[in-house]
Amino acid sequence: MSTQSSPQSAGVKLRVDHVRKAFERDGNSISVLEDINLDVRNGEFICLVGPSGAGKSTLLNVMGGFLSPTSGSVAIDGETVQGPDPRRILVFQERGVFPWLTVEGNIGFGLSNLSDAERKQRIAHYVQLVRLQGFEHSYPSDLSGGMKQRLQVARALAVNPDILYLDEPFGALDSVTRFIMRGELLRIWQTERRTIIFVTHDIDEAVQLADRVVVLSSRPAKIQDILTIDIDHPRNLSSPRYLELRDQLAQKIGLAFSA
Amino acid sequence: MRLRPVAFILVLLVIWQTAISSHPGQLLPGPWQTLRGIGDLLQHGLLLKYVVASLFRVTWGFLLAAVIAIPLGLTIGWYRRAEMAFNPLVQIFRPISPLAWIPIAILWFGVGDLSAIFLIFIGCFFSLLLTAMSAVHNIPDVYINVGRNFGLSTPAFIYRVLYPAVAPQLIVGLRITLGIAWLVVVAAEMIAVNSGLGFLIVDARNAGNRYDLVVAGMVVIGIIGLLLDLAMRSLEQVKSFRWGFPEN
Repeated sequence: MSTQSSPQSAGVKLRVDHVRKAFERDGNSISVLEDINLDVRNGEFICLVGPSGAGKSTLLNVMGGFLSPTSGSVAIDGETVQGPDPRRILVFQERGVFPWLTVEGNIGFGLSNLSDAERKQRIAHYVQLVRLQGFEHSYPSDLSGGMKQRLQVARALAVNPDILYLDEPFGALDSVTRFIMRGELLRIWQTERRTIIFVTHDIDEAVQLADRVVVLSSRPAKIQDILTIDIDHPRNLSSPRYLELRDQLAQKIGLAFSA
Repeated sequence: MRLRPVAFILVLLVIWQTAISSHPGQLLPGPWQTLRGIGDLLQHGLLLKYVVASLFRVTWGFLLAAVIAIPLGLTIGWYRRAEMAFNPLVQIFRPISPLAWIPIAILWFGVGDLSAIFLIFIGCFFSLLLTAMSAVHNIPDVYINVGRNFGLSTPAFIYRVLYPAVAPQLIVGLRITLGIAWLVVVAAEMIAVNSGLGFLIVDARNAGNRYDLVVAGMVVIGIIGLLLDLAMRSLEQVKSFRWGFPEN
């Protein structure tokens, strides 16, 4: 792991610096991201919210190195992101697990450089962490939607990344499962302490999970506001402060729509 | 459940036999005559010899096509530009019946096994090439992105993401193509060689209007075709392929 962090960026894990992203379509340039600047601290849980089609996923893909910015840069520990890297793993909304591998095979996917014993141990640890015991030899087709997403998170964590990018990971789940999954993700985050960037369009999800919520405006996306959620975990979802922040966020997103 | 198709076939055989007995013309031999024809062929050791000859040609033509067309198709499909260049060519060659190649096959390879194998190869090649090209297209981006994210080398990516992602579609393509190969071999043997089940059918007619042997040959071709298809289908049951097929 590189630790080239310069003094001025100490404590900053990920820095998004004047990032713009435009796509070429039929000879026209369509601007999707407009001058995005963001510092994320090590171990922080950030939620990106904004109207659909705003460019949340685009921003996540730029951070993950899957797309290169048109201008500006993304740096992790002071090192500019050049492409996808196993030190930061993206978890997809759907179809992210490999259907041809078992639960064990999926979790072990990124571990082929480990010895057999180490790999087995790592797999067992993460099977336990995401509570898939008893399903080690099952194929994804035999798992529920929530289990598949837990499996995807386990596969990501197994390679020991410093950053986890989650792109609406619970968006395709029913609301009960989604609620349970939030709890699971918080529990995992509190035990493993990774930096998490989480894209969602769900206001409750953002207020329940995030340390800070980054609100993007509609396209071309700018950072419209950053809301700090100053409530300790476990959060009481009916406390006045929670409801207040939830309303504030709803209002800001409402503003985003009219902007 | 397994008995139902068998029972249905028996009913059809009975209808066939009664139809033949009530109209004893020369239109078609009955099932009983056909069975005796198969017995005749077995007795003279011809059946086994011809079946082996046909299977030999199909195996070589089919395998050669698979070994060349699949890697080529996967590569072409992966590189969009290559596909733009190759696709029109493939679309021109594909609708040409393999039988149209018979004169050229004989010109190049003479009358014999090579000609027949070449014709089967031609019949399988374009079908498999297209299967492989479209299989690559149909890989969801997610799998490719996950492969990139975990930092796989190119060979590891091909072996651990590309190949398993296309395998179910390739199996479907192979299954259809093996059916084509079996169709082509019979036609090829009618013209380009002096053995095999296709030759048997033409020979039985030419050598004395033995229509019982003609139909016997057809029945054997059908049964072997069915067995080949069953063998290919059993691949769909392999655990790591099964995700690509509907539950049954």
